[in-house]
Amino acid sequence: MAVALERASVSLGGQLVWRDASLEVAAGEFVAILGPNGAGKSTLLKALLGVVPLSAGTARVFGRTVRRGNDQVGYLPQRRRFDPDLRIRALDLVRLGLDGDRLGVPLPSRTKEAKVGEMIELVGATAYAGRPIGELSGGEQQRILIAQALVTGARMLMLDEPLESLDLNNQQAISDLIRTICQRHLVTVLLVAHDINPILPFVDRVVYVAGGHVLCGRPEEVIRTETLTRLYGAPVEVLRTSDGRLVVVGQHEPVSYHPVDH
Amino acid sequence: MQGPSWDLVADVQLLLQFHFMQNAFVAGTLVALLAGAAGYFVVLRGQSFAAHMLSQVGFPGAAGAVLVHVAPVFGLVAFCVAAALGIGWVGRNVDAGHRAESAAVGSILAFSLGLGLLFFRLYAGSAAGIYGFLFGTILGISDRDVQLTFVVALLGLGALAIFGRRLVFATVDPDVAEARGVNVRLLSIGFLVIVALSVAITVQIVGTLLIFALLVAPGASALQLTARPVRALALSVLLSLGFTWLGVALAYFSDLPVGFFISTVSFVAYVAIRAVKGASAIRRGNFQLRGAWFAAEA
Repeated sequence: MAVALERASVSLGGQLVWRDASLEVAAGEFVAILGPNGAGKSTLLKALLGVVPLSAGTARVFGRTVRRGNDQVGYLPQRRRFDPDLRIRALDLVRLGLDGDRLGVPLPSRTKEAKVGEMIELVGATAYAGRPIGELSGGEQQRILIAQALVTGARMLMLDEPLESLDLNNQQAISDLIRTICQRHLVTVLLVAHDINPILPFVDRVVYVAGGHVLCGRPEEVIRTETLTRLYGAPVEVLRTSDGRLVVVGQHEPVSYHPVDH
Repeated sequence: MQGPSWDLVADVQLLLQFHFMQNAFVAGTLVALLAGAAGYFVVLRGQSFAAHMLSQVGFPGAAGAVLVHVAPVFGLVAFCVAAALGIGWVGRNVDAGHRAESAAVGSILAFSLGLGLLFFRLYAGSAAGIYGFLFGTILGISDRDVQLTFVVALLGLGALAIFGRRLVFATVDPDVAEARGVNVRLLSIGFLVIVALSVAITVQIVGTLLIFALLVAPGASALQLTARPVRALALSVLLSLGFTWLGVALAYFSDLPVGFFISTVSFVAYVAIRAVKGASAIRRGNFQLRGAWFAAEA
């Protein structure tokens, strides 16, 4: 099992985020993590990274208890864009993913440079890897960050809203890239999303976080009116638009699956 | 005092003929090494304001030390390190645009200047001591000051050599660094303590008011010229050394204050670099872009 979460609960600042979550993800699966804002989707990733401690239950990644600094796991946090004035090259950022946690003066290393170059090529960022990160577009930055997450030889990618604040073309391009990495390189993907529609065609399973609970299943089992109504504890309706997109609507407050503008 | 002969060897001999000038050069070199190295990180982290605050906090520190009959440098170190721990404790929230940090910095700054005023008044000493403290007293550096500067510079540079890479990681990508097992918070506090130590020894050379000339300007210039971390760090140190040596030499031959020359040389260098970069961006016809200022890779 790539991920095994057993009866896990998380509290932050005395506030229960979700409880009794059980979840199993097989190696090579593509899993989307969905749910309304503030439900604890990012917290789920952080718990699996060992950054946020569990208040109950167990979490294992590749058969071992979660811990920070696991080379087998690559993480792409939710973020705004890099400061345009940040003066460090994109390829330095990838290199930091490889050995940024080490002590001592960084010495030139052919092996490390080759690895960094290989990852940058894999994500198709070779043309602009020598430029300062702040000058790159949102889509370019996202490719660099994926290279950074993969560079330790990660077998799992945890991506927190990687498609947020990208235009439609870039959303398509980045989700295609993530799918390629998942299928061709057999990397397990856990992806937090606001909008399942761009990734729906290739998602194996969906994890839905809402109302303090975590539910897991195939997309057509989970994203249904009855299931989500039970999860939210309030009437919710799942609609399918004429072009096949899924939209979740609450009774009072629409919980739409459109990318939220920030 | 003789003027320069424009023969480099003879001029250097002339410069170093007095013991106080030897001390000035040794202390200046040590300070430039640490301030230049720490300055790269200060500018990369966007902590110029925090560095400014730490330098001002030195004022009540030194004045207080004089009041209780201790060497001013101990008061400097104590106050600067305490203030560093204070801002580090409040923490730095990148998503909030450093708001919490700058508010904390502003509050500590005002309080410390008020304390400085009080200590100065209680001491009722000569204005010369305060003047030297505000603008530097490089020509009055004793052998003991040189020894202390050596120890502090060695500690600071050693810490930066060991933790520098983690610090860059935690600066540009704190969330990923955290997930990779780096203690971002502790590193951030530790760095402020290094800045505090750099400030404490830099004050001797240029004083609290002109400290940016050595702690911020070289790093800012270096980062204009290159986005490669190792190269920018080395360049920052070289610029800082150059500014100090040139400033001390000019002061010696002209009999005008060192602080004036060091700050002027560093300012002119910074403006020249920005102007050259701006001009080359305009030549390429993309001057309307904000990013164009930085487009050329050195």
